[in-house]
Amino acid sequence: MAELLSLREAVERFIQDGDTVALEGFTHLIPTAAAHEIVRQNKQELTLVRMTPDLVYDLLIGAGCAKKLIFSWGGNPGVGSLHRLRDAVEKQWPQPLEIEEHSHADLANAYVAGASGLPFAVLRAYAGSDLPKVNPLIKSVTCPFTGEVLAAVPSVRPDVTVIHAQKADRKGNVLIQGILGVQKEAALAAKRCIVTVEEIVDDLNAPMNACVLPTWALTAVCRVPGGAHPSYAHGYYERDNRFYQAWDPIARDREAFSGWIDSYIRGTADFAEFKQKLAGEAN
Amino acid sequence: MSAYNTNEMMTVAAARRLGNGSVCFVGIGLPSKAANLARLTHAPEVVLIYESGPIGAKPSVLPLSIGGGELAETADTVVPTGEIFRYWLQGGRIDVGFLGAAQVDKYGNINTTVIGDYHQPKVRLPGAGGAPEIAGSAKQVLIILKQSHRTFVDKLAFITSVGFGEGGEHRKQLGLPGKGPVAIITDLCIMEPEAGTNEFVVTALHPGVTREQVIENTGWAIRFAEQVATTEAPRAEELEALRALEARTAAAHGQQGGEE
Repeated sequence: MAELLSLREAVERFIQDGDTVALEGFTHLIPTAAAHEIVRQNKQELTLVRMTPDLVYDLLIGAGCAKKLIFSWGGNPGVGSLHRLRDAVEKQWPQPLEIEEHSHADLANAYVAGASGLPFAVLRAYAGSDLPKVNPLIKSVTCPFTGEVLAAVPSVRPDVTVIHAQKADRKGNVLIQGILGVQKEAALAAKRCIVTVEEIVDDLNAPMNACVLPTWALTAVCRVPGGAHPSYAHGYYERDNRFYQAWDPIARDREAFSGWIDSYIRGTADFAEFKQKLAGEAN
Repeated sequence: MSAYNTNEMMTVAAARRLGNGSVCFVGIGLPSKAANLARLTHAPEVVLIYESGPIGAKPSVLPLSIGGGELAETADTVVPTGEIFRYWLQGGRIDVGFLGAAQVDKYGNINTTVIGDYHQPKVRLPGAGGAPEIAGSAKQVLIILKQSHRTFVDKLAFITSVGFGEGGEHRKQLGLPGKGPVAIITDLCIMEPEAGTNEFVVTALHPGVTREQVIENTGWAIRFAEQVATTEAPRAEELEALRALEARTAAAHGQQGGEE
């Protein structure tokens, strides 16, 4: 059974220094509040897994929480580069960042394999691509039935997965709607799973075949309204495209970035206070 | 005929390549703009699939990111990302993969990973995303990008997604299920693979574009097909649909989609 906790307590108890952590959510429902809390608690030496690192990992990398990144597309969607990621890769700031790079199909399959309890995923991929030359973990396997050579990649099995969802009931069952990305697979592939939600309700009223993660498959559920900002939560709020644009100059410059996290993240007690501060600036 | 700019010509020329009723795996940015223009003009039955999960998306504004909410709301169904790649792409159900690129070479190979050495990069680009497997498994691939010396290069620092590899029969030897890139559509011209060599040669110039311009903006010794056509200029209804789409997008997002 998942415990209903504050996000602070969930991150304190279930994310340790050195863990492999996946914060998933494909454009939609990106667990930003959890990334902030990881920075506030100054978790170190994390191996970060995420198909699209997005602003959440730009933040964690720039804040010095990461030693390694496993990813498949690292840009600021609709805007350009993730400058903290690039600075870490190109100039080793604030510390060297080991990268392990895949394609989307590969990582999506690797999460499926992880959730399936398998050590590796098999897919038709990478023939002719240079990615296997720079990622020794991309190997091949020969089909025992047809002889076809296919790509084999290690499954993703994080110590902790964190996702954001629309709602949970009071027992901690979670309903996710809209674009699902690899959230279900990431949740089930992990040893522990923390879910932040927009609201906690008496009854999920989930339609048949809806994506519901049962409470007994989760570790902690935390109510964090707005916790996916600046991404969106279908049915609750839209993507804050202007924030993605505003991130570019913040992240482009080391001092601007450090000042921003000192003030907005380390200088706020929690995500609610962060939101208040951000809203205050906008007025 | 109203006046138009070269970006509009590029988008219109790319949109025209998408047949009505075809199933198209759409990359974000320019491909998404062209694919939706096709849907709003000559190809109302085109099926647009985005890697985030929407199948049959019919957005009225362009998404700024690959998982925009309107894609989900207007789709016939929304499936998990793993399913998109496993059942729909690898399962062989995609007619056309529509890709952008940071750089291409003469065999239609694509780099979106790095400029310079991988381990000590000059410029770190976003990376692969869905492109390597789209390039491998879609029955055919269309590539759209603006043409310049820096984007059309003789030798790629990194092949992220394969076209015809080293040319000739190389793609076939790699055992890839899809036919590979059938056209590169730019703001100057259309290139198609030459029979036998599979080297991309210019088969159509956009109106008013000279061969010299194309040569100047290509990093390899670009060749021209025996017959070089002139692309039909954008028709009024195409321009109207494109501009209306861009205006709706700008109004909705405060910025235009498809320019990154």
